[in-house]
Amino acid sequence: MTIDLSQFKQTFIEESDEGLDVLESGLLALDSGSADDEVIHAVFRAAHSIKGGAGTFGLNEIAGFTHVMETLLDEMRDGRRAISKQGINILLNSVDVLRELMDAARDDVPPEMSRANEVKGQLDALLANSEDDQTQKTEEPESPAGDQTDSEDSFSEKFSEQFSQQKGWLIRFHPHQHMLRTGNDTVRMFKELASLGDMENTADISQLPEFSLIDPELSYLSWEIILKNNETQGVIEKTVIEEIFEWVDDDCDLSIEPLISPSNEESSADIVAEVSVSPSIDTIAEVTPADTIETTNNVTPIASPPEEKTTQKKKKSSTEGGSIRVGTDKVDSLINMVGELVITQSMLSQMGDEFSMDKLEDLREGLAQLERNTRELQESVMRIRMLPISFSFQRFPRLVHDLSQKMDKKIELKMTGEQTELDKTVMEKIGDPLVHLVRNSLDHGIESPEVRVAAGKSEVGTINLNAYHQGGFIIIEIIDDGAGLPKDKLLAKAIEKGLVSPNDNLPDEKIYDLIFHPGFSTAEQVTDVSGRGVGMDVVRKNIKELGGNVDVTTEQGKGTKFTIRLPLTLAILDGQLIRVGSETYIIPLVSIIESLEIQTENVNSIAGTTEVYKMRDEYIPLVRLYEVFDVQPETTRLQDCLLVVVEGDGGKAGILVDDLLSQQQVVIKSLETNYKRLEGISGATILGDGTVALILDVSGLLSLAKKIEPVKSYANG
Amino acid sequence: MSNIQDIVGDLDALTDDNADQYLTFILAGEEYAIDILRVQEIKGWDKVTTLPRTPDYLQGVINLRGTIVPIIDLRKRFNMPTIVYGPTTVVIVLKVLGEEHDRIMGIIVDGVSDVHNLKHESIKPAPEIKGSIDSRFVSGLTTIDNKMVVVMDIDTLLNSSDLSVEDNVA
Amino acid sequence: MSKSILAVDDSTSMRQMVAFTLKGAGYQVVEAADGQQALDIAKTRGFDMVLSDVNMPIMDGIELIKNLRTLPAYKFTPILMLTTEAGTEKKMEGKSAGATGWIVKPFNPDQLLKTVKRVLG
Repeated sequence: MTIDLSQFKQTFIEESDEGLDVLESGLLALDSGSADDEVIHAVFRAAHSIKGGAGTFGLNEIAGFTHVMETLLDEMRDGRRAISKQGINILLNSVDVLRELMDAARDDVPPEMSRANEVKGQLDALLANSEDDQTQKTEEPESPAGDQTDSEDSFSEKFSEQFSQQKGWLIRFHPHQHMLRTGNDTVRMFKELASLGDMENTADISQLPEFSLIDPELSYLSWEIILKNNETQGVIEKTVIEEIFEWVDDDCDLSIEPLISPSNEESSADIVAEVSVSPSIDTIAEVTPADTIETTNNVTPIASPPEEKTTQKKKKSSTEGGSIRVGTDKVDSLINMVGELVITQSMLSQMGDEFSMDKLEDLREGLAQLERNTRELQESVMRIRMLPISFSFQRFPRLVHDLSQKMDKKIELKMTGEQTELDKTVMEKIGDPLVHLVRNSLDHGIESPEVRVAAGKSEVGTINLNAYHQGGFIIIEIIDDGAGLPKDKLLAKAIEKGLVSPNDNLPDEKIYDLIFHPGFSTAEQVTDVSGRGVGMDVVRKNIKELGGNVDVTTEQGKGTKFTIRLPLTLAILDGQLIRVGSETYIIPLVSIIESLEIQTENVNSIAGTTEVYKMRDEYIPLVRLYEVFDVQPETTRLQDCLLVVVEGDGGKAGILVDDLLSQQQVVIKSLETNYKRLEGISGATILGDGTVALILDVSGLLSLAKKIEPVKSYANG
Repeated sequence: MSNIQDIVGDLDALTDDNADQYLTFILAGEEYAIDILRVQEIKGWDKVTTLPRTPDYLQGVINLRGTIVPIIDLRKRFNMPTIVYGPTTVVIVLKVLGEEHDRIMGIIVDGVSDVHNLKHESIKPAPEIKGSIDSRFVSGLTTIDNKMVVVMDIDTLLNSSDLSVEDNVA
Repeated sequence: MSKSILAVDDSTSMRQMVAFTLKGAGYQVVEAADGQQALDIAKTRGFDMVLSDVNMPIMDGIELIKNLRTLPAYKFTPILMLTTEAGTEKKMEGKSAGATGWIVKPFNPDQLLKTVKRVLG
């Protein structure tokens, strides 16, 4: 039977990804000295599993590479080798190499081995450079599954050639008393022997105690077995016989000698019972070891193997579509919800069968329950997409480790709230901005040990990564206890770049906010850690695209804190339904500052084109949605319109609408699936009546509005 | 397909590797054919939600069991005189094969006419056509019941960059 | 009645491969992801054979074998270790814990089946 191993390869690679994460975080823990025994065991186990699986699934480069790592880790585990910084660094590099090799395996392309060979050389060098006088472990050559016995085979071929004249083998087999306790069954071994040729078996029962003293769990017999070559099966090789006894090698006295002269057959003096092997069809599958004594006279040739089923279903193991591992608790809660829904449904349908007006109140109650069930079900389904942020956080220990070494800084990373959950899509998109912020804290935030000591601080800097939920948002904080943002320098640079005028009296928070301005970089020297110019503006842009925001607070000499606020999911949003003419649109509630009736005296126009609205002490531009979207409004008279004040990337604006409808949670559907992205529209949703409503992208809408030549019609006079 | 002869003929064609089934529809009095395997469903005309700043032949989007599906008015697409949508007006929902991913789109036609088996060799290359339909969108011409039928290339038609908005609307 | 095998490995891919191979050959297979799980399952029913990885979290293969051998139903049940340890050290540790034998990783499905058939007939 040939089994296609590739179907398991993908699973193996997936689990190896996890194994590599365990390896990496374990190594980092070992490096920081915060590891206990279990960590080194887990690290070893991870390497060990990868090696075993890689060999099995034919990924020989990975198996070979991991083998060297494993040997090193084994020595560390056993305490034969000290855990050195150098060792950890090489092992961390090895993890990187393995990730690359895994990627190649995933894509089914031949791996690029140059880096692997380089790191393997380092591992080998480290291994060769043993600290103590340890005897080199005997290494069995690594070979892919299948040709493991090649060398042995060729050896035994020669061997058997030499004895081609021989007639068979004389086997003396004396199990130690306890052999049965290992589950090795003499009957099974005899069956195997009998399948090789013609067998004659003689039992020596001289050691058998009195019947009443017999312990059925012990073995008292010894055997002399004559195994002759027969014509159909040919010469029996010694290795085949040895293989049969391989597992009991230490549990018996065994000799296997070639059978040359016929006299050998009668060599045994104390024959008590002679047993010949008959090709009986009776199987002895039900025989328990305790029955061994009797079964010596009824040994059958090897039983036929279990029927092979030819209908093997091939599982499709492709995980290209991206899979989510879902905790069983989430599935259980989902099942509970559906259960409740079914109950509600049956209650309602029962009511429908025999409805009368006096049951109206019950109906209302039932519908309310249905609504509750539906909402809970929706929340549960959404929860399935939620993953703990540790998936994103887990890369930081390594990042901090590598970068702090590179920059000769001492930094401790502390993380809290790793179990805080957020939507998988949000997680994927927040990864890069987070990396950027952490790098930034490392590079610009934390000072060098000398500077820190001079400032009276501990030479070890701290970066805190915190995550927690707040309302429908996840808050992620990146806090360092570094130098803080240099306010004067920021201001000077902003003035130099013409971003602010020297006369502007900016509040501190506005000054600090300048770091998010495009093209603003304050690094005295450009390092390869946080790069040049590109940066904070992109970070803020990316976060805003996710419907979130990032802010900074800082205190000179004490440190800096970045706070990211993100919606938990991109799949639903709280929206305000609005109407323009016969069209219904949805404005995300998070973008809305307030809604108000228009006081026409507050409307002004600048240069006769742009309309602005004076709201308290600021002027906000008006956006006539019907103009931007070219739809027929109910009215163009300002005093009949409502104003929804929103804030987007480009600042605040007032959107003119005909009516405000309800507020509700909507499920976001993409327009891109079947069409394309439209400016000013972030997606669509399906309303209760089954029709489609478009969701406005406020930032996009505001920039679109600026581009559109306003058609001026001062309906208000 | 009312008489036996036709049905037998169709059955023959069904088992013929050399033939495919086509759905024909009517547009401004002409008959057009599309590969029936691409047809997801045929549904009556219903209200659409218009998309702002898109070409006028992009009638809007509808909700097709939870998916947002754009609807193209073929008359407008080919600059034919428009008509008021009536009871026979139908939307043919199609699967469009794209370079990056497949899409579901609907086309509004005057009416659906029939299903035909067309042998490959019966579809002839179209000469450069003068008129409303760009020859890019025509994969061939064939004859059904002595009438010429245009076999439409829906992938080119519905993937064409003309559907891009910014290109068309200033 | 086909024979039943308890397959224990913390690696999902390995376990799947073992289970798939054995099921394909007509055996009943029950899977467990670590020694403790396996022991819990073993306490509820008997198996004709146990195939166990050695290096596992929570309870390793050696511990599992020791524990299984204390259960009356598993006194003589064949227990094979799936081990990458080429050296004799682990094999002997397993043997003294009560293992019947071993299959050395990496192995391919044919090698696995051959060994299992050898033991179970």
